[in-house]
Formats: sequence, structure tokens, C-alpha cells
Amino acid sequence: MDFPSTQFVPSRMMGTYEPIHQIGMWGENFKSIGNPSISASVIVEVDNKLENESETASHEMPVPSCKHDQEASKPFDKIQRRLAQNREAARKSRLRKKAYVQQLESSRLKLIQLEKELEQAREQQGLYIGGGLEAGHLGFSGVVNPGIAAFEMEYKHWMQVQNRQLGELRTALNAQISDIELRIVVENGMSHYFELFRMKSTVAKADVFYVMSGTWKTSAERFFSWIGGFRPSELLKVLVAQLDPLTDQQIFEVCNLKQSCQQAEDALSQGMEKLQETVSATLAAGQLGQGTYFPQVAMAMEKLEALVCFVNQADHLRQETLQQMSHILTTRQAARGLLALGEYIQRLQDLSTLWATHPREPA
Amino acid sequence: MDKVMRLTTERGVVLFSKSSCCLCYAVKILFQELGVTPTIHEIDQDPEGREMERALMRLGCKAPVPAVIIGGKLVGSTNEVMSLHLGGGLIPLLRPYQAFC
Repeated sequence: MDFPSTQFVPSRMMGTYEPIHQIGMWGENFKSIGNPSISASVIVEVDNKLENESETASHEMPVPSCKHDQEASKPFDKIQRRLAQNREAARKSRLRKKAYVQQLESSRLKLIQLEKELEQAREQQGLYIGGGLEAGHLGFSGVVNPGIAAFEMEYKHWMQVQNRQLGELRTALNAQISDIELRIVVENGMSHYFELFRMKSTVAKADVFYVMSGTWKTSAERFFSWIGGFRPSELLKVLVAQLDPLTDQQIFEVCNLKQSCQQAEDALSQGMEKLQETVSATLAAGQLGQGTYFPQVAMAMEKLEALVCFVNQADHLRQETLQQMSHILTTRQAARGLLALGEYIQRLQDLSTLWATHPREPA
Repeated sequence: MDKVMRLTTERGVVLFSKSSCCLCYAVKILFQELGVTPTIHEIDQDPEGREMERALMRLGCKAPVPAVIIGGKLVGSTNEVMSLHLGGGLIPLLRPYQAFC
């Protein structure tokens, strides 16, 4: 950029006017005029405050020397204007730079915050976002508990087998197959549920809260969840309605089963409440608000270990309920019962999908 | 261990428990519902508790609590009690000791 050597410079300070060669020129001029009041260091000083001060033209101090013939012929006003424009451009440039730096700084702070959150999430066992069969995929990578990841995959496969078995049951009931053959189909169905309880027991050791929250299931299934699965007495209610006609003996036995199931459930539910009270009391021990609390948290963790026992007991109860039912019922009834149960769960899952996708009124 | 064996052969329903164990609490609630008042031994409050624990484990109670003994016979832990109850076998065992007031 052609720049006249006749310089009008602010008296006290001077920021860096881009491009940098201007300063050099100014420096040269000052040396040539031997102006002692402006040092070279001041000329190259970067000063963010200057954008406020450079606006005011009043600080200008005309430098009387002229080196080039061209400059001598240009009117004073034009030079003034040009300098003002340059100052303005430089000011705007500095403002943009400042805004950019501020944006970088805030992004950096946000990044630090996110990294901290990620670290905390990693420390918690198995931070996991799943949506059961609706979402159909694993949560965000990097922080998934391997036990949970394995379970998710196994459960997906389990559901596929379950659906296939339900189809087989339907076919078997409609066809005229022998009781022995039907028994095999029923046994397969029962074993399949027992397999699920085994899977749950394994993942409960990895992360009991995962099992308790029923994350791998659909939302409607979770709605009915009791200690990490369906309530045995609820299961009986659904089944019995489908199994007419039952003999008097069967009705009597089913009634007893219902009652003992209910009693066992109540006992476990109250045990769970006691566990909640215990963990809460342990956690809240001592003074809240002091900021140091690791002993309480460590003790609470010890108490929480019992939760795994409860989850296992609840699954044991489910398994026993299914076992007892299969003893009370005939093979044909058991087949119908398994089919009914399987389809009930499918309806729950469909309900979840429908709920998730139906349009809602805007807020 | 003598103490455990002696307590085991007591008449009635005996429950070995720990005061801090919530699963033991669940079993206590179940007996309450069934109208039974077991003799409860909180082994964490017993000076010989450690030994009792070991003895129970030798008898086959992995947990080792809760451990249920009815009429001198070891029934087992929570699993066994629940299975027995759902199978209809617990109440007959408890009948001599049930007291509904």
C-alpha cells in the first residue's frame, strides 16, 4: 500500500497498524527527523486500548518533514482522510481479533467443562444410554461398561429367539402334535426365561443399577417394573385369565401360589425399603454441608452391595413362579400360558413404540 | 460349633440373622405374615459371632445369613425358604408354630 512518509501520529501511543511495514516507515521517519520524544519501542507497542484512543484525531501531531516529491504535491486533507481510514480499518481489525480470542477462550472453558463431565461419567460404573428395542443400539461410545455391552447384545439375541419360539408355540398349538412334542416346546420356552435370569444375574454383578432401572427394556415394560423385572403376582394375574378352563384342584393350587407369591413379594418389598432407609441414613450421617464426606459414601457403598442380593432374589421368585405354574398346568395349558405371556410382553413393547412416536400437542 | 448346634436343635423356628442385613429383615417380615415368631439370633451382636458364621457356612449356608431352622432341621437361606413357600411346603412345616392372635 502506498503510504506517504509525512506522518501524523498520535502523541502518546501508537498501536500496530497492519501491515507491519508501516511502522518501519514511521520508525525511519522519526529517526530521520530526529524526533526524540517518540521512541522506536513505543512505535511497535501493541496496545489493545488504542482502539478507543485512536479514534480521536485530536492526538495527532504533524511531522513536518517530507521526503518524496509525490507526497508534497498531495493535498493535506486527502492525507488526513487516508490516515483516518487506516486507523478505522485497524481499529475494526483489532475488534475482530478481540472477539475471536474471546470466542476461543469460552470454547476452551466449555471444552474443559465437558472433559470434566466425561471424566466423572467414566468414574461411575457403566454410564449408559439405552432405549431398549426402540432405540435398538448402544449408547455413546467410550464409557460403556463391558458387562452391560455384552448383556445388551445377548438380550437382543434373546428377544429374537423369544419371538421365534412364540411363533413355534402358535404353530404347535394349532397343529395336532403329541403331548410329548408339545412338552419339548414348553420346556424350551421355560429354559429360555431361565437363561434370561442367568444373564441378568451376571450383569447385576457388573452394574446392579442398570438392572434395577430396566434400561434394556422398553418404557412401558419399565412402568411395571418391580426390583428389575415383572412382578410375579402380576404375571399370574395375566396368565390365569387366559387359562380357562381350570379344574377345581388347579384353581385351588393357583390360588395358593398367588397368595404365597404375594407374601414373598411383600417381604422383599419391605426388605428393599429397609435397604433404602439404611443407605440413606448412612449417607446422611454426620453433618451435611461440611464438604468432606468420603467415609459416609464408602459406608453407603458397602450397604448398597445388598441390592445385588435383592435383584437375585426377585429373579429367583420369578423363576419359581414359572416353575410352579408349569407343575400345576397340563402341557397344553402351559404352552398356552407361555404364548399368552410372550404376547403380553410384545403388546407392552408395541405400546412403548406407539407412545414414543405418536404426535403430541405442542406445549 | 457347639453353640450353633445347640441353638439349631431348639424347638420351633430359629433364624440366624445380622441386625444390618436387609434380606434377613425380609425373611423376618415373611414369618410375621405367616403368623410365626422365630427365635432370632443376631450373630453380629454375639461375641462368638465370627465362629457362628463359620459354622453356618460349614452347614451349607453360603450367605451365611439368613439361615432358617425349623424343628431342628436346617431349611436353608432365602432361596430355599422362598422356593419352599411357593411350592406350598413352608406352611405345613410352620403349622405347629403358627400363632395367629
